[in-house]
Amino acid sequence: MLEELSSMEALIAVIIGVLTACGVYLALRARTFPVVIGLTLLSYAVNLFLFITGRLTVGLPAVISDQAAGYADPLPQALVLTAIVISFAMTAFIIMLALKARAELGTDQVDGRLDAEDARDARGGEHG
Amino acid sequence: MNHEVIAPVLFPLFAATLLLLLRRVMPLRTRRSLNLVALVIQILLVSVLVKSVLGGEILVYALGNWPAPYGIVMVADRLSVWMLLVTSLLAFFAMLYAVRGTDAGSRHFHPLFQLQLFGLSGAFLTGDLFNLFVFFEILLLASYALLLHRGGANRVRAGLHFVALNLAGSTLFLFAVGTLYAILGTLNMADLAVKAAATPPENLGVVRAAGLLLFVVFALKAALIPLYLWLPAAYSSTSAPVAALFAIMTKVGAYSILRVYTLIFGAEAGPVANLIGPWLLPLALATMAIGTLGVLAAHELRRQVAYLVVVSVGFLLTAFALGTEASIGAGLYYLAHTTFAAAAFFLLADIIAMGRGTLADRLDPGPIIANANLVGALFFITAILVTGLPPLSGFVGKYMVLSAAVDLPSMPWVFGVILTAGLFGVIALARSGSLLFYRAEGPIERTGASGRHAIGPNWGRLLPVIGLLLLCVALVVWAGPLFDYTRATAEQLLQPSLYIRAVLGEPQS
Repeated sequence: MLEELSSMEALIAVIIGVLTACGVYLALRARTFPVVIGLTLLSYAVNLFLFITGRLTVGLPAVISDQAAGYADPLPQALVLTAIVISFAMTAFIIMLALKARAELGTDQVDGRLDAEDARDARGGEHG
Repeated sequence: MNHEVIAPVLFPLFAATLLLLLRRVMPLRTRRSLNLVALVIQILLVSVLVKSVLGGEILVYALGNWPAPYGIVMVADRLSVWMLLVTSLLAFFAMLYAVRGTDAGSRHFHPLFQLQLFGLSGAFLTGDLFNLFVFFEILLLASYALLLHRGGANRVRAGLHFVALNLAGSTLFLFAVGTLYAILGTLNMADLAVKAAATPPENLGVVRAAGLLLFVVFALKAALIPLYLWLPAAYSSTSAPVAALFAIMTKVGAYSILRVYTLIFGAEAGPVANLIGPWLLPLALATMAIGTLGVLAAHELRRQVAYLVVVSVGFLLTAFALGTEASIGAGLYYLAHTTFAAAAFFLLADIIAMGRGTLADRLDPGPIIANANLVGALFFITAILVTGLPPLSGFVGKYMVLSAAVDLPSMPWVFGVILTAGLFGVIALARSGSLLFYRAEGPIERTGASGRHAIGPNWGRLLPVIGLLLLCVALVVWAGPLFDYTRATAEQLLQPSLYIRAVLGEPQS
């Protein structure tokens, strides 16, 4: 059982690491869509991280009972619920903002600058 | 139980709900008055709290009557109440300006304004690190919407950067909080202070890393170098009353730095004591220097004021970084002054911009604006305040910080940077003032390509500016008792054991 847990811990750690790395990479991209996806991945990573701050346990009861030797830490679960709700709202907000920026600035570049691809799109739009 | 502690948090939430529900039933005029009345009540609620903490008591409010550290607590000490007082006064004058037309054109300006106040009050009063995160998110979400109020390409562009950066900041905040909880097993700030002081050596590295990660988050909120880049664009593109209210937003970061790094990682914290000691002073001084360059280089008045906010953050954190009772006390006095002065300047810049038609606030010579004598005089007074020339409160604050630094080893650096930044600030504002008011030429271009009309100042718009300037005058007139208060605040902060005992009760052993 102990072995199982330690390999599980390694797996979770790798998952959080990969999610964070992908999130950071995407958040640094120049267009709003990858940035939004990157921020979402970052929030997934941090939610998972918060969830396991109570440590990985197997078969422990959720609430304190007199007979139980130990119990699963309830606080991280409450924290991660709060964090999920907040990150969900924030993601919804930034998606709307990205759409508004696309409409107002005429490009999905994060700095609002037109680049070669936008120019091509604009030309295509005129012809079509 | 002492319910006055939670009243300043709950009341704005109540007012926001009320304003939201009454939108369809009440005309805008009534809702404006209602919001102003709510802000006056907020000031009164905070004043009651001021009276309670004046003698140095630390009031603890346990939500649901769960004892700390198991339940969530709100803690009102001198520092929290001082911040609340500054916030509520600032909010009143910002709203007084907003009801002159800025609030039209968006349905939810009034509720959002109150929600922003809700988040701010909560962040100042909470005694729990995770709750600090939650209140940060509340005030940020309200601030996103306020920042984008009435739209426009510039606002959307600046808003996108602001939101994306703060989302990344929130993620870092959660990583730091999670790490602290995983190692120390608590989120109550007082309990964290006890546990952090007793960190076993094998966990020391992780706790330090989490502490420094928290510093990165707070530095982002406070706009400390190199994380200040979002501020000038966001503050200079948003509407004037919102920018004025945002003058307190950077101070939330400064407050959090002061709170966490005197309480949890303060001088009494054993192995993790003075965690950010080596970082804060150089970063704060560099922020002042870079901010001053921005002030000199700015092409628009509002951008210049935004860079002046960066400079004031650098100054404030320099005072906090020196870490003596006198310097922190002086810093807190300066905090009130700089918040009011920056807010007044943002409002005034808006009045000037409206009076110049298509030129707006660009620093190019243009036509004489209507009522130039009065507006020019107000500009002159504000510039004196902001650059810290005698006889107004900027000078008093600056003098007190400098006199606190005289005996410290870092004296040459502190004096050098502060005085040079002050000189360049004077030069930059003198240039702006003469461009705006002396080198006036040509008739007012009433309508231009953008269709902007030149609107002269009226008393309704000037009144909030004058009110904020009078608050700064009051800071000078009552400088003695106020400095006594802020100094006592610093004394209280530098003895974290007082806070810990108030929250957790007497040690059992």
